[in-house]
Amino acid sequence: MTIAFVLFLVVVGTLIFHIWSPWWLTPLASNWSGMDETLLLTFWVTGGVFMAVGLFMVYCVWRYRYQKDRKSEYKPEDKKLEFHLTWITAVGVVALLAPGLIVWNKFVTVPENAVKVEVMAYQWGWNYRLAGEDEILGKTSIHNISDDNPYGLDLDDPNGKDDLLVEDADLHLQIDKPVKVLLRSIDVLHNFYVPEFRAKMDMVPGMITFYWFTPTKTGEYEILCAELCGTGHYAMLGTVVVEEESDYSNWLAQQTSFEQILAQNKTIQLTEKQ
Amino acid sequence: MSDEFDYKIEAKAADATTADASAPPIDYVPPAERPEQELYHSKSWWTTYVFSQDAKYIGVQYTCVATAIAVVGLILSLMMRTQLAFPGLNVLDPSTYYQFVTMHGMIMVVFFLTALFLGGFGNLLIPLMCGARDMVFPYVNMLSFWIFVLAILLLVSSFFVPGGPTGAGWTLYPPQAITVGTPGNLWGMVMMLASLVFFVIGFTMGGLNYVITVLQARARGMTLMRLPLSVWGIFVATVLALLAFPALLVGGIMLLLDAVLGTSFFMPEMISMGEKLSTEGGSPILFQHLFWFFGHPEVYIVALPAFGIVSDLISVHARRNLFGYRMMVWAIVAIAALSFIVWAHHMYVAGMRPWFGYFFATTTLIIAVPTAIKVYNWVLTLWRGNIRLTVPMLFTLAFIITFLNGGITGLFLGNVAIDVPLSDTYFVVAHFHMVMGIAPVLVVFGAVYHWFPLVTGRMLDEGLGKIHFWITFVGTYMIYTPMYYQGFLGVPRRYFEMYESSYASTVGLNVFITVAALIVGLSQLIFFYNIINSARAGKKAKKNPWDANSLEWQTPEMPPKHGNWGNELPVVYRWPYDFGVPGIDKDYIPQNVSPSQVSGAKADKT
Ligand code: HEM
Ligand SMILES: [Cu+2]
Ligand SMILES: [Cu+2]
Repeated sequence: MTIAFVLFLVVVGTLIFHIWSPWWLTPLASNWSGMDETLLLTFWVTGGVFMAVGLFMVYCVWRYRYQKDRKSEYKPEDKKLEFHLTWITAVGVVALLAPGLIVWNKFVTVPENAVKVEVMAYQWGWNYRLAGEDEILGKTSIHNISDDNPYGLDLDDPNGKDDLLVEDADLHLQIDKPVKVLLRSIDVLHNFYVPEFRAKMDMVPGMITFYWFTPTKTGEYEILCAELCGTGHYAMLGTVVVEEESDYSNWLAQQTSFEQILAQNKTIQLTEKQ
Repeated sequence: MSDEFDYKIEAKAADATTADASAPPIDYVPPAERPEQELYHSKSWWTTYVFSQDAKYIGVQYTCVATAIAVVGLILSLMMRTQLAFPGLNVLDPSTYYQFVTMHGMIMVVFFLTALFLGGFGNLLIPLMCGARDMVFPYVNMLSFWIFVLAILLLVSSFFVPGGPTGAGWTLYPPQAITVGTPGNLWGMVMMLASLVFFVIGFTMGGLNYVITVLQARARGMTLMRLPLSVWGIFVATVLALLAFPALLVGGIMLLLDAVLGTSFFMPEMISMGEKLSTEGGSPILFQHLFWFFGHPEVYIVALPAFGIVSDLISVHARRNLFGYRMMVWAIVAIAALSFIVWAHHMYVAGMRPWFGYFFATTTLIIAVPTAIKVYNWVLTLWRGNIRLTVPMLFTLAFIITFLNGGITGLFLGNVAIDVPLSDTYFVVAHFHMVMGIAPVLVVFGAVYHWFPLVTGRMLDEGLGKIHFWITFVGTYMIYTPMYYQGFLGVPRRYFEMYESSYASTVGLNVFITVAALIVGLSQLIFFYNIINSARAGKKAKKNPWDANSLEWQTPEMPPKHGNWGNELPVVYRWPYDFGVPGIDKDYIPQNVSPSQVSGAKADKT
């Protein structure tokens, strides 16, 4: 009978571990409370199923343990029971899926007013690009990348001239302003993930992927790469600083535009190209 | 030869008519549709013990080789865990860590569990449970095993090539897999892909055999709906594998061309460590689609045989008819069919069109329904049973809890919006280890304790079995349950250095997990000791030691001899789950017992 007791401990112990655990979701710092809510809903529904099935099993093991002079019930099927279990499960699954899809719908529908920020990943670090005054990010291509043009901006695209290039692992964002991050990689797959924002998406060379969120709490948050990208994957960290408008403007004012950078290093190579 | 053939057909025909005329109608079984096949008889030591064509023997060969490579996989994982918990010891550096993650994952999923369930248990159980003398193509079956050995040798030799084995992760995603930022990007990768190609070839040979044997070589009276669920599970998993492995094969071959010849199937224009590559126009995401078109069914290739075997173990050891057999069969078939339209749930955050999310989340959650039904039916089989707490039963109970735990967390990851925060974190590591790592391994242990007497004629030691069981079950549960919580916290997987969240430290937790893993790892020695010792000097098993109904226990000798059935093939009258039938004393009726032999029994017609 030890097994019935241990199974009981395992089931109840899981619940106790959960209650006691200091490890849990980080405090949310973005608008994606919907993800947390769906997660919690799923947690308690499935947790309830786990407890119920587990405890029923414990009961069966204890109640129907072997006795020499007893025989099990012979009942190969119970159509009614099977039918009820099936539809109850189906309803449960729909109840979990529906809110999930609603949140996903929000996640993939980017608001018009979202500020576009490019995140460019490389082995192994992060760079960023902001749109500048015209609020349009200039065209880029991996083809154009050179020492003088690390982002591979298209020199013929006027929209790119005022783009601010943040060649630094820190990205600053303004609180309560929706952001659409445009994700780009110049080499292998990476993934731009900030646990407090909940959202993540792979960056794929040759493609521009995206997601959006609104930072809702000031502070510094760590960026983690969440897609294996080679030996340095684990060390590919960065920081997002969410701040009030005034601090943000200060930071913005210190950033250099592509034009300024071009002017700074007017190299022979560039003149040749023009 | 031909004379013999004719004679046999006539004999069968005569047999059928006499049976028809004289026996009571309740015992009627349709005549055999095909004549018996000539068996291959080995003539030399080599063809008996090395290039054996006896499926039982090949099954044991597969099991031994798969287990040996699993030990390698286990040792790699223990070294990884040691590195994660005790970074100061410097057991590994980042490159070796990634190489070990990759080799561990690939070994465990493909070379251990797939080979063990299909090659090992498939060969051992299919002919015996179907009432056949052997697989239908014994020679191809032998080749299948030796090609598998070749694949293993290639895999192992990748540890010794320049640059070492690949460190691309078991998913082998390009461009990273074949560019210089990743260890083993050339030779390691070539060896891995070559090994996989041979694995697929070898598996296909075996797989065709398993499918055709199940379809064509069943004993008289063994209808499909009288097959033990072990056979159903292995059969459907094999069909899945035959359909899924080609996707891996073409993906692997194209990746090999990209790596060796510089083609651009999956390689876009890109820069690698400051150097512009000459590739352009390929699609990294296309590889992911090919990989997961194989990879998701692969999960069920491992899971379905485990489902089947566990169903049989439960029924036998709970002395109760399996609850809802037909539902169980349809659930297996439904899960298998659905498993081909859910693959992109592994790619919710891979950068594919976000609109795919709706479709794949829906199909994925639909799979939860037949899966849940299976769990209910296992538990309902225990209900009102008469449960013998043998070692196989203990492993079965542990399986249900572990699988339930891993299965429900699949509902998080399948539901696309929740997957966004959790994907690529330790939540995923915990989920897939529970559901497709530990749960199937618990079934393997249960199955070994259950069928060991069939192979060796001796019982495994019960006391050692229980110690092994307790450490393995409780230990693995303690390894993986905390990992879910690391995942909630956002700790990413495949990190050489565990990420320390500033909200709650997981340093102590990591030490705990590693200690549990080391104990579980070491405790497997008890298992191996038990196997070796019991095979030599274990208690002699009586015939049909568990009072089971399925045919493998009804052979004239135990362990069964070459050809399995002596002079006469068995005739089947019922399903394998007639336990506790009212009206008779015995609590079980083997499949080959005719209704007239148990005339009082009130068994349902099956
Ligand atoms: C006690 C036994 C085991 C231990 C301690 C263990 C430990 C680990 C560890 C430490 C990792 C790397 C996690 C990371 O850095 O992301 C890992 C990955 C993995 N394990 Fe296990 N594991 C065990 C058994 C198994 C089994 C039985 C399977 C069979 C399915 C399995 C399949 C995998 C897979 C597929 C990966 C992912 C590899 C990758 O990320 O490329 N493991 N395991
Ligand atoms: Cu990375
Ligand atoms: Cu999957």
